[in-house]
Amino acid sequence: MNAEKVIEIHGLSYRYPDGRSVLKEIDLEIHRRESVAILGPNGAGKSTLLYHLNGTLIGEGRVEILGLLAEKKNLREIRRRVGVVFQNPEDQLFCPTVFDDVAFGPLNLGLPPEEVKRRVAKALEGVGLTGFEERSAHHLSEGEKKRVALATILAMDTEILALDEPTDNLDPAGSRSLVGRIRLIHQTKVIVTHHLPLVLELCERAVLLEEGKKIGDLSTDALVKERDLLERFGFDAELAQWWYGRMKQSGGSRP
Amino acid sequence: MDSVVHRLDARAKIIVFLTFILVGVSTSPSSFPVFGLLAVGLVSIALAARLPLGHLGKKVLKTLPFVFFVALSIPFMKREGGGVEYSLGFRGMSISQSGLWILWNVLVKASLSIFSIVLLYSTTPFPKLIKGMEELHFPRIFTVLFSFMYRYSFIVIDEMQRMKRARDSRGFGEKWLWQAKTIGHMIGTLFLRSFHRGEMVYRAMLSRGYDGTMPDAFAGPFGRREILFLSLIPIIILLRILFA
Repeated sequence: MNAEKVIEIHGLSYRYPDGRSVLKEIDLEIHRRESVAILGPNGAGKSTLLYHLNGTLIGEGRVEILGLLAEKKNLREIRRRVGVVFQNPEDQLFCPTVFDDVAFGPLNLGLPPEEVKRRVAKALEGVGLTGFEERSAHHLSEGEKKRVALATILAMDTEILALDEPTDNLDPAGSRSLVGRIRLIHQTKVIVTHHLPLVLELCERAVLLEEGKKIGDLSTDALVKERDLLERFGFDAELAQWWYGRMKQSGGSRP
Repeated sequence: MDSVVHRLDARAKIIVFLTFILVGVSTSPSSFPVFGLLAVGLVSIALAARLPLGHLGKKVLKTLPFVFFVALSIPFMKREGGGVEYSLGFRGMSISQSGLWILWNVLVKASLSIFSIVLLYSTTPFPKLIKGMEELHFPRIFTVLFSFMYRYSFIVIDEMQRMKRARDSRGFGEKWLWQAKTIGHMIGTLFLRSFHRGEMVYRAMLSRGYDGTMPDAFAGPFGRREILFLSLIPIIILLRILFA
């Protein structure tokens, strides 16, 4: 593994404006090209942690992204280099057409029009939606919306990709197809999810959150053997091991 | 729907229809030939766009009552200094000639303007309309507002329908007073959800480098068709000068 740290978080705590504490003293380091899953029950603070990766939320503690401290003067640069795909594509797709949405990021980066068009075409190709440029987000299926949301970030060509529940709300086929697409992305990935097969297939490492605290940080190879830990999070350990075995058998190598 | 008019660049259509409106409202109420020519022009565009005239007429009529009922009272208003009055022979009510002119003036101008707008949005998909406005450098705040409204009105309506369904499936609909309370809660919930959505959308925008200014749209050049369509403008203005 390359030793360059791209994300360094020390003692991060976050409270919502109403005083509710969501993250408590989180320490986390992620290296370049790593693929890390963030697991935990609803309300554990997974998404909140994700929002800290590009400074959309700023809590107490130290968050350093690609050597830049997450503070006001660095936010522009951080957001240029970290892409966050939100859980609900309706939040992410706010433009009249798919093209406008995918072009929004590159345009904000100040890229010339030809380059923007090229990036949009490439990003849409990457999620298998070539030809959807003029469609309106309202008329897309849930799976297509999720893919367009991913394309809006791919078009920015960021060094780190943070995905919030990428397969949430998708049917099995849509979910499989999206996992396949994500697998082909070679950037550093941080994925918040409840979907264990996705974790096993895409991530080599899992960070476990519970009530805002980090309670585990281990390789997914080790995670499948941790029966108690899996059961504690409501996963079926038998099933997890079966999936894992099957994945290894079919030569399912992680990128 | 597809036609020559539908395929025109939105900018050309916005400019031409805006000219129709401006020429229409700046014409004096007695210049009947100008109104006639404007109407003929708009009907011709509608025919070229292969839009059913009856359908367009209905759309215009639907918006007209709002104008009509406001304007209806004008002839009854007493003017200082007299002028021609027509007695209605009923409780001394009378209408003034100048008031009738104002009524005609408002009605004919409103109908022509609404007809222009109906034609514009019937031949131009909303995203293209917004883009056209952006490319014509309409104030950014308006175009952005329109585009968000367009995008999220559907979602809010969907959300409202889901809430309605959820409400009805829990045996809603007994007493009126109780209903009012429930509907109040629903409106409140809808407001909170929309508010939350707004926050999330803003976050999503920030995540993609938004810094308070929306990026500029791409503007392509006008083709021969657009230039031909734009040539309607000098014709309308010329006719307006000749006949008025």
